[in-house]
Amino acid sequence: MLSTLASLTVTALQAKLRAREVSPREALDALAARIDAVDGRLRGYLSTDLEYARRAAESADVTLPLGGVPIAVKDVVSVAGQPCGCASKILAGYRAPFDATAIARLRAAGAIPFGRTNMDEFAMGSSTENSAFQLTRNPWDLSRVPGGSSGGSAAVVAADTAFAALGTDTGGSIRQPAALCGCVGLKPSYGRVSRYGLVAFASSLDQIGPLTKTVADAALLLGVMAGRDPLDSTSLDAPVPDYAAAVRDFSIKGARIGLPKEYFVSGIDPQVEAAVRAAVAHYAKLGAEIVEVSLPHTEYAVAVYYIIATAEASANLARFDGVRYGHRAADTNGLLEHYGRTRAEGFGPEVKRRIILGTYVLSSGYYDAYYLRAQKVRTLMRQDFEKAFAQCDALICPTSPVPAFKLGERTADPLAMYLADIFTIAANLAGICGVSLPGGFAKAADDGDRELPIGVQLLGPAFAEEKLLGIAHAFEQTTDWHQRRPALG
Amino acid sequence: MRYLTTIGLEVHVQLKTRSKMFCGCAVEYGAAPNTRTCPVCLGLPGALPTMNAEALRLTTLTGLMLGCDIAPTCKFDRKNYFYPDMPKNYQISQYDLPLCVNGAVPLHDLAYPKDAQKSIAHPGKQVGLVRIHLEEDVAKSFHFENSTGIDFDRAGTPLMEIVTRPEIESPEEAFAFLTALRQILVYGDVSDADMEKGQLRCDCNISVRPETQTEFGAKIEIKNMNSVSGVRRALAYEIERQVGELTAGRPLRQETRRWDDAADQTTLMRTKESAHDYRYFPDPDLMPVHTAPLLDAARTRLPELPAAKRARFVQDYAISDYDAAVLADDRALADYFETAAKAAPKPKSVANWVLNDLLSALASAGKSIGECPFPAASLVEMIGLIDSGKISGKQGKEVFAEMFATGKTAGAVVKERGMEQLSDTSALEALCDQVIAANPKPVADYRGGNAASLNFLKGQVMKLSKGQANPALTGEILQRKLA
Repeated sequence: MLSTLASLTVTALQAKLRAREVSPREALDALAARIDAVDGRLRGYLSTDLEYARRAAESADVTLPLGGVPIAVKDVVSVAGQPCGCASKILAGYRAPFDATAIARLRAAGAIPFGRTNMDEFAMGSSTENSAFQLTRNPWDLSRVPGGSSGGSAAVVAADTAFAALGTDTGGSIRQPAALCGCVGLKPSYGRVSRYGLVAFASSLDQIGPLTKTVADAALLLGVMAGRDPLDSTSLDAPVPDYAAAVRDFSIKGARIGLPKEYFVSGIDPQVEAAVRAAVAHYAKLGAEIVEVSLPHTEYAVAVYYIIATAEASANLARFDGVRYGHRAADTNGLLEHYGRTRAEGFGPEVKRRIILGTYVLSSGYYDAYYLRAQKVRTLMRQDFEKAFAQCDALICPTSPVPAFKLGERTADPLAMYLADIFTIAANLAGICGVSLPGGFAKAADDGDRELPIGVQLLGPAFAEEKLLGIAHAFEQTTDWHQRRPALG
Repeated sequence: MRYLTTIGLEVHVQLKTRSKMFCGCAVEYGAAPNTRTCPVCLGLPGALPTMNAEALRLTTLTGLMLGCDIAPTCKFDRKNYFYPDMPKNYQISQYDLPLCVNGAVPLHDLAYPKDAQKSIAHPGKQVGLVRIHLEEDVAKSFHFENSTGIDFDRAGTPLMEIVTRPEIESPEEAFAFLTALRQILVYGDVSDADMEKGQLRCDCNISVRPETQTEFGAKIEIKNMNSVSGVRRALAYEIERQVGELTAGRPLRQETRRWDDAADQTTLMRTKESAHDYRYFPDPDLMPVHTAPLLDAARTRLPELPAAKRARFVQDYAISDYDAAVLADDRALADYFETAAKAAPKPKSVANWVLNDLLSALASAGKSIGECPFPAASLVEMIGLIDSGKISGKQGKEVFAEMFATGKTAGAVVKERGMEQLSDTSALEALCDQVIAANPKPVADYRGGNAASLNFLKGQVMKLSKGQANPALTGEILQRKLA
């Protein structure tokens, strides 16, 4: 009974809570038991606050849209009173004194943010191996990575140790782990969800989004979090539709789905390509029109991303200096040594690599050649998408070129790791929305019986989440990939 | 060898906003340390800046007042450097698209130091501006014996930076520039611009070169001046020091120096080698600002500027340039004068009373015009009593002093003191008859051609009336009766 409760979707759980078949306390206890049973092997959570969660569950108003639903939160989103360490040593001991706007809205809708999920330090990475604290394992194969940077959030949703989780996506950090763990991961359009309280990695790219078991759940969470926030100037004042209803009522017939030819090139795992092609055929069968489109500047995405993201990160991470909170180096002599040693001890190698790269590209004499040029290419990429979306409602492509890889397989080669995001980065640079959904399984090369999830990615125009989720929902309703569960016992 | 001096100023002005530049915290000084802070101005992880529209409007208004060009859009950038008083280790400022560019500050004679007003090198000079931009202030550090405390109450308060062209040629011109700028800022109610209170801070760039040399000399920056007279003294000191170095054959290098007001000298802070690379880039947390609505708002708040007011006072009230300049020096004084001048038949006498009597009374009482004990209408009433002959000019001074001391109206003072002049012709005629009858000798003298005797007779009438007889009227009646 308990483990079946934990495997419910948010939508199903809320229906049971509202019908008083299950109490919020029972739901929470079931989840806690599941975490107890599984998370020791998975290590998706950095910490949980079940004491707070139980108190919140006792007083939960189940008539609210998310009344009594526990939610896991990536360690980069501020929840008042809980640690917000970004899986970094430099934020040792820091607890957020305020709620992120997304969290405040979830709480107002009755959700209970109860646990901090593991991630790559400061969301920099694609395997969650850059966490300063622990390795999170892929629920489908404990020797493999869950993807990243929101690897903890994807793993706990896939393993039924969370009903849903929040992640953040700067270059694919929601969609790629969702693909590798076999759950739904939505990156909203830039400006759709307030970034207030999200510890910034790259401010012009970051978005908070849900990782869920179904598209309907993603729609439900997005609807609660989305909308203009006076505390975030980059949040857009656009109406928030009833995403859950829009998804239910969507008709796939006549929808135009674009196949970007630059996304089907060498380097893709054949099983991944086959799954995506099968998804395309499936959409055609459902009555969608398939059109081929071109995104000619795709090849520059990774280079542009690693200039813009690191430039912004070099300034965003400057505040972690040990002066007022977090790690502070002991016995330093003078200000310069204080800064140097505090940051040398507090940041991991990937974070340092990106701060140095970002500092370099902004330096006097290099700014025009790198940062300014990257911004110009970014504009061209945005225009690529505008042209493509004139011909179709959504694009379809792989989320990740490969299924989950082995722990340690790519840590020695940062460039190989950066290529994990080649299909996801462009959406962040263009500010559009994207979703990864379960689209099949690959047989692991070294272990014939082992099945690894494959993610199919859909990309939609900015602020067209209604249609994007509708198209995703149509696939999900007519396939059963999302219903499979890893064998964790 | 003669040397030429080139000075450029960077002026930081604290704007009169209720809240900080990028958050809702109150701009308030003197509160307990770190009580006017929030996640945004503390730079906590995840906090984001949002723009203070009033700060943008005040800067736009300043741009309008100084004749700047205001671009259709401006943006905010991050200026990166590490220092404990900067919560994010970057400052949000404006780099290549500031709110205002160009413009100028006119230097009027009275803006110069008093001792230099007779020897102004370039009367009517305008000092050109490069730009005006908006940024956030840093926190305040307090250095204790073994530690440093930081008060973040000041962190994030709006700061407007005004940068001049290198067009200032002497310490006196720098003084005049700051005085004239300050006056305009106060006119626009943009800032109280009090240097002593840190509301206006100024860095000076100064170089000297032999007059035969065309390119500028090494730029020396002076920081830490907290009064307009301090700026003048620091610049005078630097000119002497730099000329001394050059004369002695020691070349100067670009460097930053600190002014020590007590010791009356500058000391070296850092050389050019340790200059920062600020790595400016557009702040992705803030959207570009469209200035059209700001301009609309600022235009409705554009005051009459000091120069226009001075010219208009001369024109409308027939007063001298100098008097107009003194009256317009302080917007509140100008308003007081103008209220009175409009209600009085002879504005010139209002100007005289304000400039001579009121200003010195205020000065010796240590009061500002805002604290003047009586309204402009009372002054007009008092002048009217003199002009209509109800009281004498001499009595007027007495009435004025009483009004200033008590705030009573002129009429009340005159009544209380029984000062009203006797202008009733029949009563005066009776008194004159009495005096003529009692003083046959002077009467005869007058009739014999001694005009001075009339004054004696007038004096007798005044005496008889206990000083209340209208002197002019008394003279007329006596003349008529003795004709």
